[in-house]
Amino acid sequence: ALLESHERHRVTTKICCLPVAHQNVHRFSPGRTFPTVDPRTGEVIARVAEGDAEDIDRAVAAARRAFDEGPWPRMTAYERCRVLLRFADLMERHNDEIAALESWDGGKPLEQSAGGEVPMAARCMRYYAGWADKIHGMVVPADGPHHVQVLREPIGVAGQIIPWNFPLLMFAWKVGPALACGNAVVLKTAEQTPLSALYVASLLHEAGLPDGVLNVVPGFGPTAGAALCSHMGVDKLAFTGSTGTGKIILELAARSNLKPVTLELGGKSPFIVMDDADVDQAVELAHRALFFNQGQCCCAGSRTFVHESVYDEFVEKSKARAQRRVVGDPFKKGVEQGPQIDGQQFKKILGYVKSGVDSGATLVTGGERVGSRGFYIQPTVFADVEDEMKIAQEEIFGPIQSILKFREVGEVVRRANATQYGLAAGVFTRSLDTANAVARALRVGTVWVNCYDVFDAAIPFGGYKMSGVGREKGAYSLGNYLQTKAVVAPLRDPAWL
Amino acid sequence: MHTGKTFETRDPRTGEVIAKIAEGDKADIDLAVKAAREAFDNGPWPRMPGCARARIMHRFADLVDQHVEELAALDTVDAGKLFLMGKMMDIPGGANLLRYYAGAADKIHGETLKMARPLHGYTLKEPVGVVGHIVPWNYPTTMFFFKVSPALAAGCTMVVKPAEQTPLSALFYAHLAKEAGIPDGVLNVVPGFGPTAGAAMASHMDVDKISFTGSTEVGRLVMQAAAMSNLKPVSLELGGKSPVIVFDDADVDMAVNLVNMATYMNKGEICVAGTRIYVQEGIYDAFVKKSVELAKKSVVGDPFNPNVHQGPQVDKDQYEKVLKYIDVGKSEGATLLTGGKPCSDKGYYIEPTIFTNVTDDMAIAQEEIFGPVMALMKFKTVEEVIQKANSTRYGLAAGVVTKNIDTMNTVSRSVRSGVVWVNCYFAFDPDAPFGGCKMSGFGKDMGTDALEKYLHTKTVVTPLYNTPWL
Repeated sequence: ALLESHERHRVTTKICCLPVAHQNVHRFSPGRTFPTVDPRTGEVIARVAEGDAEDIDRAVAAARRAFDEGPWPRMTAYERCRVLLRFADLMERHNDEIAALESWDGGKPLEQSAGGEVPMAARCMRYYAGWADKIHGMVVPADGPHHVQVLREPIGVAGQIIPWNFPLLMFAWKVGPALACGNAVVLKTAEQTPLSALYVASLLHEAGLPDGVLNVVPGFGPTAGAALCSHMGVDKLAFTGSTGTGKIILELAARSNLKPVTLELGGKSPFIVMDDADVDQAVELAHRALFFNQGQCCCAGSRTFVHESVYDEFVEKSKARAQRRVVGDPFKKGVEQGPQIDGQQFKKILGYVKSGVDSGATLVTGGERVGSRGFYIQPTVFADVEDEMKIAQEEIFGPIQSILKFREVGEVVRRANATQYGLAAGVFTRSLDTANAVARALRVGTVWVNCYDVFDAAIPFGGYKMSGVGREKGAYSLGNYLQTKAVVAPLRDPAWL
Repeated sequence: MHTGKTFETRDPRTGEVIAKIAEGDKADIDLAVKAAREAFDNGPWPRMPGCARARIMHRFADLVDQHVEELAALDTVDAGKLFLMGKMMDIPGGANLLRYYAGAADKIHGETLKMARPLHGYTLKEPVGVVGHIVPWNYPTTMFFFKVSPALAAGCTMVVKPAEQTPLSALFYAHLAKEAGIPDGVLNVVPGFGPTAGAAMASHMDVDKISFTGSTEVGRLVMQAAAMSNLKPVSLELGGKSPVIVFDDADVDMAVNLVNMATYMNKGEICVAGTRIYVQEGIYDAFVKKSVELAKKSVVGDPFNPNVHQGPQVDKDQYEKVLKYIDVGKSEGATLLTGGKPCSDKGYYIEPTIFTNVTDDMAIAQEEIFGPVMALMKFKTVEEVIQKANSTRYGLAAGVVTKNIDTMNTVSRSVRSGVVWVNCYFAFDPDAPFGGCKMSGFGKDMGTDALEKYLHTKTVVTPLYNTPWL
């Protein structure tokens, strides 16, 4: 009943052609398009021009020209800052439109797009705008009479591949620092969510970004993505997506021109509830840590470790919370969970439900499809999960919470670390010493203590182990888009050394 | 204001009164500090995230840009500064500095530390609290934003005492700040005099930091008052007697123009003015001839006139002081090549002046004149000129004109000054820290360095148990 009628909304897809080099670019591949689908219904929203290797070639050539000869790296950082700030202003002005596009294309609740993702993307652009005119190198002490300066230069043409789970935010995390550092970019969007990047790219152009500096190419991984990774004219690669694809990306970069690569990959992040936790708060936080964005977060808290002393109460309350979760049309007010992104993910997730049941975990609630159209799945909770079960090992990327029991700190740390992943972790405790010890012991890129999914612009984010290489956000992201050059000259009669 | 007392601010083109300004004294400073204290201890400003302060600072910058003509006009009538320069550089420069620090407000970070024992340690960078800013009269807008911008970004609250010669633009900026959304009590402007309002601020037991730009003599008094009261940290940007060293491989025309600008910019009322010009003997005669020609071509007149190069000195006191130094120079035996006289009998206009045959021990070579007076001297070798350039108690700026990379590297490291400009002058930039050494002061304005003045580092340490690494 929730899904039978869904809201009409006032967004149209304006830009579905390839805005390579922005000005008057026409379709060059003979008109191949692909559909982007509304996950509420499975229906096609629009057909988008499909970029392939040839289009990537042209995009890289445009970016190369813009970098090697164009104004962008040659203007003062202050001017680049002003362009990015104007872009942030435009994003804010068009907040609701962009949010609606994002929810339509990706199925996320409109309240979250409009109140969270779009403002956060704008905030991220402002943050990086403020770095543009503050990028410093060191003047270092030599061991002898030499004057040594270290210059941080823009790296050149950055190839960026972004996923479908947070299309706009991932756009900002990548494009923000790359542009702030004076680079040109070729960005391949996920085939599931090509729309919002095309739209905001036009806003960047309106903000004064010169031609060829940002090139958005919609397309598929094996064609456009692979071409970008292998391109000899690309100086840097940044990818967010699955670990499996990340491995391919790294290999292609190595085989071509050894371009440096940063990877933000998958996770199986532990959420650890200690015996001194406030159970109600822990339940709520653990719930959000997993179910946020339909469970489609690389850092989803997908292994909920609960101390045995509070385990039973925790499971009961988690069940109740999951049953209260409002699933429905993302355009309706009050909806917490929309549909999964597409049929492929939908099937995969239901497959994990079966796996959980088959391996002997206790299905506490959920596990079924919701409605008969689109890709909605019930908020699902498994309890009595064991470490070796597939649902405890593999990244599900859906609304399935797995609750495991533990006895003591050393044990839970060991089990939390027993994974190829290492993206994030949550630790719920009142004890200062436990928080400090456990935070240091977990081999993960982010530890959230008594909170989760805090993504402020200055906080570096990224993985240990097979969750990735490198960091995004904060000052730490700048290094991804800069080269380092030492300039050395002798000193005659220096007054000091 | 407390007493209802007022003081006059005058237009240096004519000596006439522009306006009567309310005069703040100790009691007014007390009120302002109270307001700033309340705003810091209980108000929203330090409690906002840096990005929220940034939004407000950006609005403030936009408002400054929108009122550029009015503001430039205020500084011109108040200080005799060139109107065109104000419109093109001073005022937009102030707005740009606000934007620079707005972009820094969300990037102030402490560090996690490497302890030698099982301890978890980190530093927090906290806003220092209530700041007292004392702003001079030579660049009322630029100096205002030099000080206020990083202090705002850091989350401090402040009391600004503009110079009694030039209170007008500061009052307007306070009004724009409020319009931009800066909360009450965060930015308080109290016009008044040094011995009353300035001294009150420097001695106030509830001011956490003083930032002063002005003369070395007054800087000393500020530092003494800070020491005698609550030991508030002080940063001082004081006077200078900056050398410009021209080597004989320099392009003579380029060097002559550079030096002319270095000495006469803003009618010589600039702390970094290049006033001791050392020219290598190979080009000395040509340099002197061309410098005199250029100085004679300078147009001195009404600063609102876009064809004018030099306006009036800021007030009668400064005007008389400069003329006195010219007399001293003559009596010390220096040779007056050009200028040396007032340009008119109304207002405070003085001809661009050049002395040669100046020796380093003369008063006109040692003391800061703060007027359009150049001392031209000859030198032979690098070693000699470095020693001469450093034979001053000041250390603010220095200029070097040469094409040779080794000369540049040697001289820039050997001259004791806060900034060295090579083949350029007045090359200020928001990202470039600026400040002096020796008796030119300490502490930096501009650059990320300036934020340090308004922050206090707190180290937090707690024991670690069962840590897998140290």
